[in-house]
Amino acid sequence: MSEFLSYLINGLSLGSVYAIIALGYTMVYGIAKMLNFAHGDVIMVGAFIIYFCLSKFNLPIIVSLLAGILLCTILGVVVERLAYKPLRSASSLSVLITAIGVSYFLQNSAQILWGSAPKMFPANLIEGSLKVGELSIPYLTLITIAVCLIIVVALQWFINNTKIGSAMRACSEDKDAARLMGINVDTTISITFAIGSGLAAIASLLLCSAYPSVSPTLGSMPGIKAFTAAVFGGIGSIPGAFIGGLLLGIIEILSKAYISTQLSDAIVFSVLIIVLLIKPTGILGKKIKEKV
Amino acid sequence: MSNVLTCKKLGIDFGGLTAVNNFDLEIESGQIFGLIGPNGAGKTTVFNMLTKMYEPTRGTISLNDKDITKLSSIDVNKLGIARTFQNVRLFDKLSVIDNVVVGMHNSLKYSTLDGIFKTPKYKDSERKAYDQALDLLKIFDLSSEKDVLAGNLPYGKQRKLEILRALATNPCLLLLDEPAAGMNPVETEELMNTIRLIRDKFNVSILLIEHDMKLVMGVCDKITVLNFGQVLITGSPEEVQNNPEVIKAYLGD
Amino acid sequence: MNKIKGLLKNLFSNKKKSSTISFGLVIVAFIVMQILIRTGNVSSLIKSLLVPLCAYIVAALALNLTVGILGDLSLGQAGFMSVGGFTGVVVSAVLSNYIDSKLLILIIAIIVGTIVAALFGFLVGIPVLKLEGDYLAIVTLAFGQIIKSLIENLYIGIDSTGIKFSFVNDNTHLLADGKMIINGPSGVSGNLRLSSFEVGFVLILITLFIIYHLLESKSGRAILATRDNKIVALSVGIDTKKYKLMAFVISAALGGAAGVLYAMNYAAITPVKFDFNLSIMILVYVVLGGLGNLTGTIISTTILLLLPELLRGLSDYRMLIYAVILIAIMLITNNEKLKVILEKTKKSLTKKGAK
Repeated sequence: MSEFLSYLINGLSLGSVYAIIALGYTMVYGIAKMLNFAHGDVIMVGAFIIYFCLSKFNLPIIVSLLAGILLCTILGVVVERLAYKPLRSASSLSVLITAIGVSYFLQNSAQILWGSAPKMFPANLIEGSLKVGELSIPYLTLITIAVCLIIVVALQWFINNTKIGSAMRACSEDKDAARLMGINVDTTISITFAIGSGLAAIASLLLCSAYPSVSPTLGSMPGIKAFTAAVFGGIGSIPGAFIGGLLLGIIEILSKAYISTQLSDAIVFSVLIIVLLIKPTGILGKKIKEKV
Repeated sequence: MSNVLTCKKLGIDFGGLTAVNNFDLEIESGQIFGLIGPNGAGKTTVFNMLTKMYEPTRGTISLNDKDITKLSSIDVNKLGIARTFQNVRLFDKLSVIDNVVVGMHNSLKYSTLDGIFKTPKYKDSERKAYDQALDLLKIFDLSSEKDVLAGNLPYGKQRKLEILRALATNPCLLLLDEPAAGMNPVETEELMNTIRLIRDKFNVSILLIEHDMKLVMGVCDKITVLNFGQVLITGSPEEVQNNPEVIKAYLGD
Repeated sequence: MNKIKGLLKNLFSNKKKSSTISFGLVIVAFIVMQILIRTGNVSSLIKSLLVPLCAYIVAALALNLTVGILGDLSLGQAGFMSVGGFTGVVVSAVLSNYIDSKLLILIIAIIVGTIVAALFGFLVGIPVLKLEGDYLAIVTLAFGQIIKSLIENLYIGIDSTGIKFSFVNDNTHLLADGKMIINGPSGVSGNLRLSSFEVGFVLILITLFIIYHLLESKSGRAILATRDNKIVALSVGIDTKKYKLMAFVISAALGGAAGVLYAMNYAAITPVKFDFNLSIMILVYVVLGGLGNLTGTIISTTILLLLPELLRGLSDYRMLIYAVILIAIMLITNNEKLKVILEKTKKSLTKKGAK
């Protein structure tokens, strides 16, 4: 029983990281109506930045994280302006191909700049664990879950109670109408990318603390899984990304523990396919009616 | 005389809102039937139900005494209902003649393998189809533009091509959604003749939605007026024209 | 979009012409290459690239059917190549005990690989049809990953008692005379190298034949109509799902054939060879050559494969160059101002031509 509980908590922790990444996908998808395939690679860039800050420049963890957030935010906005903004009226096929191009651009640039060999992320940033009976829960796990909760609540508040938040909601409903109401759609989309990319940096710190190896392809798998989580929960919905992320993390850890480590990715992808087939709008998603 | 189309108590709800209710319709063979009513009355929704693009919530539709209420769009078309759309919809990136030949899809009886190996069967039916398509284009004076991309045609010709494409499916009932929209009085006059010509030449019944009263009154044998999703009256053009309810529905109280 | 329109226009208003160009190009290139090889003018590096080139061309032509012509983004082409490739490997390993003719073994391997890939295409296609746009693309990606993951866990061996399979762990327990064919993540070793440039050339011709003839038939028109406007296609009685599935299955089948050609060119091959990167590489060939343009696909595949190899040092930057090409093509073809300029130059050119 305690074994199961500890797997469950591990799952919650991994799921929290997925949830934070999924928020980036879900917000961008909800507002810009595009799948930002390169989101996972922003995490990778964040991981490298934080890695360099920590091990090369010996900066404190908070400063490293802030540097990561700042640079990832800039990266996200720059990518949006240069690659995605010119395609606002293009077909979704063109936009997705471009996003894949950006993803490969970031991955391969990183490989050329920093080499493909994985770098050891400074482990033991947060040591110790909480003992509850037989169970021993690492503080890192608790912090990860707590950070995720704080982000979700804060983001939900932000969307519902600020002017920018309501502009975002308006853009996700109808961009043209929002524009007519005097909302600057381009700025709103940029802010969405900025928030998503900033969150990606937080995710990279949490991810690398748990799996301390930094390489150019680090972001692609968590990226795709987090997208799965976003779809699972209902794309466009912030609580949906949270629930989807947690569920996916739990599914992954439990299938690794009880079914097969080698097949865990296949299982996660099967979940994605099943969810898309049975309920493509996800757990909390809105139903979209096709116009005839 | 038997009915081509019979709708009984047809109705549809969208998320609890009733868009069309208790819709009865009987179209006889060879009739030109008008469906009119103020904007938002549910006319296009009726078309979408008849072609099974929307699933009716209640009621039945039958075509030549066969119940088609549960069939798919594809089967409904195969059985003989063809339509045009309110805002012209063509295969923009196909040529004019290919738009018509696409309409003949189900009458071409060769298999995909026949096509890949270009068997005599394939060659024979393709040649016939293109000849037939050219004949159709001639009716509307479109044969000189047969290789133009449909998306590059002027608007008026696009409307004609859309009707031709529907006719190419060899229907017994043709649904025209505002065929005169965007036409000037001369073109509308011409369209009236075309509609009669289509009925006679292709032996089809026609149900049309239209706001141009001159066309509706001039060409229709019978008219149904729809208001707020309900049938207000069904009758001859004179009956409809003189009905006070209809005047009220159009002009308001 | 305008570029696609232009290409489609070229492709379909001059159906005959564009297929003649494709076939002519391939045949002339083959003859020239043969002469160069016979006269000893081809480096061994280029020679070693000829079969992979043919395989990539076939895979890219096949992908163009779904992405370019049907208009649905498939990110799983490598998965179908993988299914075809490893099927071919198993078939050839078994057949080599019974048949002497290498060519015959390869032909049977290609046929079986194609059929199995088509079956997978069908299985993947059914669920994929329910989806559109980004979701469809992601599901094909997921299927590609699942296929890779499954093959990485597959163990197939042969001994005097017959073929033995096992999954996740090697439980084949082969007899002493036995031989592993597929060994989990380490893949295949001791494979028969049966592929040749000549077979690759014929496979390209067959692929072109199938796709061009499909496009000139009612099935091809139905695929194009489905892509152009699904609802209207339904309204004229076209079973859009059937034709989407057809395009998908043919694309998977031809991808499988390409996979056999590719796999049978190496003595050893691992499942990782057919990863997501390969799917993207092939997508780049299709996008650069022009969506829907088969001749373009052949040219772009040749250039993009050979160029980085020829300019030494560039090969490290291959994927980076591909990424830049993807982004650049999309930005250029979707640029409104550029479109207007292109239209104007086109018009002025035709005017001059008329004078």
